[in-house]
Amino acid sequence: MVLVLALGDLHVPHRAADLPPKFKSMLVPGKIQHIICTGNLCIKEIHDYLKTICPDLHIVRGEFDEDARYPENKTLTIGQFKLGLCHGHQVIPWGDLDSLAMLQRQLDVDILVTGHTHQFTAYKHEGGVVINPGSATGAYSSINQEVNPSFVLMDIDGLRVVVYVYELIDGEVKVDKIDFKKTSTSNSAP
Amino acid sequence: MIADGAEDEEKWLAAGAAAFKQNAFYMQRAIDSNNLKDALKYSAQMLSELRTSKLSPHKYYDLYMRAFDELRKLEIFFTEETRRGCSVIELYELVQHAGNILPRLYLLCTAGSVYIKTKEAPAKEILKDLVEMCRGIQHPLRGLFLRSYLAQISRDKLPDIGSEYEGDADTVTDAVEFVLLNFTEMNKLWVRMQHQGPAREKERREKERSELRDLVGKNLHVLSQLEGVDLDMYRDTVLPRVLEQIVNCRDAIAQYYLMDCIIQVFPDDYHLQTLDVLLGACPQLQPSVDIMTVLSRLMERLSSYAALNAEVLPYFLQVEAFSKLNNAIGKVIEAQEDMPILSAVTLYSSLLKFTLHVHPDRLDYADQVLGSCIKQLSGKRKIDDSRATKEIVTLLSAPLEKYNDVVTALKLTNYPLVLEYLDSETKRVMATVIIRSIMKNNTLIATAEKVEALLELISGLINDLDEPQGLEVDEDDFEEEQNSVARLIHMLYNDDPEEMFKIISILKNHILTGGPKRLKFTVPPLVVSALKLIRRLPVEGDNPFGKEASVSATKIFQFLNEIIEALPNVPSPDLAFRLYLQCAEAANKCDEEPIAYEFFTQAYILYEEEISDSKAQVTALQLIIGTLQRMHVFGVENRDTLTHKAMGYSAKLLKKPEQCRAVYGCSHLFWLEGHEAIQDGERVLRCLKRALKIANSAQQMTSAARGSTGSVTLFIEILNKYLYFYEKGIPQITVGTVESLIQLIKNEESMTSEPSAESFFASTLRFMEFQKEKGGAIGDRYEEIKV
Repeated sequence: MVLVLALGDLHVPHRAADLPPKFKSMLVPGKIQHIICTGNLCIKEIHDYLKTICPDLHIVRGEFDEDARYPENKTLTIGQFKLGLCHGHQVIPWGDLDSLAMLQRQLDVDILVTGHTHQFTAYKHEGGVVINPGSATGAYSSINQEVNPSFVLMDIDGLRVVVYVYELIDGEVKVDKIDFKKTSTSNSAP
Repeated sequence: MIADGAEDEEKWLAAGAAAFKQNAFYMQRAIDSNNLKDALKYSAQMLSELRTSKLSPHKYYDLYMRAFDELRKLEIFFTEETRRGCSVIELYELVQHAGNILPRLYLLCTAGSVYIKTKEAPAKEILKDLVEMCRGIQHPLRGLFLRSYLAQISRDKLPDIGSEYEGDADTVTDAVEFVLLNFTEMNKLWVRMQHQGPAREKERREKERSELRDLVGKNLHVLSQLEGVDLDMYRDTVLPRVLEQIVNCRDAIAQYYLMDCIIQVFPDDYHLQTLDVLLGACPQLQPSVDIMTVLSRLMERLSSYAALNAEVLPYFLQVEAFSKLNNAIGKVIEAQEDMPILSAVTLYSSLLKFTLHVHPDRLDYADQVLGSCIKQLSGKRKIDDSRATKEIVTLLSAPLEKYNDVVTALKLTNYPLVLEYLDSETKRVMATVIIRSIMKNNTLIATAEKVEALLELISGLINDLDEPQGLEVDEDDFEEEQNSVARLIHMLYNDDPEEMFKIISILKNHILTGGPKRLKFTVPPLVVSALKLIRRLPVEGDNPFGKEASVSATKIFQFLNEIIEALPNVPSPDLAFRLYLQCAEAANKCDEEPIAYEFFTQAYILYEEEISDSKAQVTALQLIIGTLQRMHVFGVENRDTLTHKAMGYSAKLLKKPEQCRAVYGCSHLFWLEGHEAIQDGERVLRCLKRALKIANSAQQMTSAARGSTGSVTLFIEILNKYLYFYEKGIPQITVGTVESLIQLIKNEESMTSEPSAESFFASTLRFMEFQKEKGGAIGDRYEEIKV
């Protein structure tokens, strides 16, 4: 069993002062094995903060990140799953599932994680999953009017992944979960 | 003869100790054989060693302790003698036959102790006799130790209430008088020590004296332990007499120590009830007395007293503790002209802590303290003592820590005035402290007035008007500070749009004075604040009473334009470019076509003139196309102009693959789901064809350059785009075009062996299969494609 934290679009300090305290108290060091971040952190302090939660940190570059060392996209393999990571401003139309699916095919991944829209979404698509963890700070977005702070925890166990989404709605943390099983047919490796 | 050589002293001590030991031995032998006469003789000889003037106080103390132990034995012997029938009165007479006065008085005290225990005479009479007799020794060191001996043996024999030696009605007074007298005499002797010997050894003497202070202080401790010393006795007799002695002795060491001693040994409620008297003494002390520490400790004690006993709070108000302390501090500072500014500030810092602790609800008190502090600072120029500035930071941090709410601190009118006296470096530190407090407590600053006040307080971080030239702030520190200002901006918020507009207008005024280095940090959060405000504006027409709204979207857009305008000069063109696009989209939502167009134009200008790095261009163009794709506010003409330009930019990117991707991205500009006006299949197809053409030439270029076929990936990407629009049912995208593209890739693939392209193509084919199996309209469309 491996826990993967997916979050992004924090936009600190441009659009938000910090992560919600309730999230901060949940994200304690030692529990999470990998962090994948869809970008727009935007400052080093947030990078350092994420490092304290888990040193295995994968970040792609959002359009407001100045750190040029972050790549445009990234793939990594965790257990039986191949994950792809991309901020998403590169995929037009923004947040469009069919267009994201094309990126998923191109990266040849089981799970594609993108951000940019500040709206949590998770779709099962062609035997894979496309996830957007939303904005961890609930940052302003020109795409979505109402933004609730949210992040995603993925529990990867063998061929199964359970996606938990944590959303802060009116000061309360709501948890939702989506179960996904990888079938042998979707195993794309030739 | 040099008497003060350390070697000499050792010699003297050794010689004295040897003689002492010998006499002590004979005394013991006399005691063992019940020989009173010999015991007195040898004990007197033994005690003669205490007559020396050759020892330092420290060594003298050693000798005294030995004598003390021997005298214990003698006292026991005396007691036994009286039991055996020897009259204690006779004994008391007998010891006075000793030849030298010092041994005689030691023996007298010892005999007196036994005398009191027999109760053959009232304790007060004997004690009075002893304390008077001790006047016979006026040598400071010897007298001090003799009286210390007297204090020691009399401790448990005072005629206190409840004691077995309790006397008549005035018994407590007798006990108190005795201790006070002994205390007074001891203090006089102790002070006189300072004037013994050459002036050049003053420092050493002061050190030695300090070591002896507890001998004197012990008397105060004894007083505090007396049952009979109640508040009345303390207020009417003890305190006035002790203070009188302290003030009159005119000795800084004694005054500092004894004042502190009073504060530490007597109970808190006594202090509270006698504040006038205690504080009244302070200005009368010598100028060199460290009164700051004394008063700080007093206030500390009183604060913790109040903290632990909520029920005593009314007394604090009743006795007006605060104003008395405040006045006393003022008088002390006045009296001690040379008091360093550090001490004055520390005093007020302690007073502030006191009032915050004891009277948290009395903001006016806190403000008074700050006001008094300003009075002290006002005569001086900016403070250059680093410890004093540190203390001011402590002083100013105290209300923030106490109330956890900067809004409360903002009510203190004197608060910003104190800040005035800090240098710019310290002002920055203070500003950081204030911001940290706000962030930690999640304090919203909700009115324009408070925002104005707050921004004044933290002006050290916001503008650089008085920044000293050449003093470079560490870049990381600067960044961290400015980021904290940026975070702070999110805390300035009011639900009411009008008030909020006032807030951001004030912010703008302050921020734009921040100089080029700060703007890139402070402008983005301000832009976001303004954009959020636009969303909260009431929808037009919702206001049936026709009240002219003073805030309108148009006004805010104008505001946004003004602040973003400042950025390209900073220069942060990339940032300004992104913010313009954000604004354009907001204007789109508000159906403000000319404004949206204006923002887009601004973004285009920056793209053309300022963004020159090829990688930055790729991202910028993605943002242009992504934003433009979402815009529905534009009429045909404006839309055409903007898309045409975007297409032009795409074709001009540095690398062919980048051109190709940008061009097929542009295809989405002509097909907006749900907007029939923006659905132009012909132009979608043209885009894709153009992308294919570029992909072709990209491939030719790479094959020419490397002798191998280039990436086939671009073709597969375009295929995916074809499928995207084919699925949407755009008539111009025909089965034939899709099929021929698949065929083309298949041919390419036979030539190349790129695993990533291969898997991309495989998953694309799998996707087509997947869609086919879905059935329905989409499945039918995919059914038509023959792979």
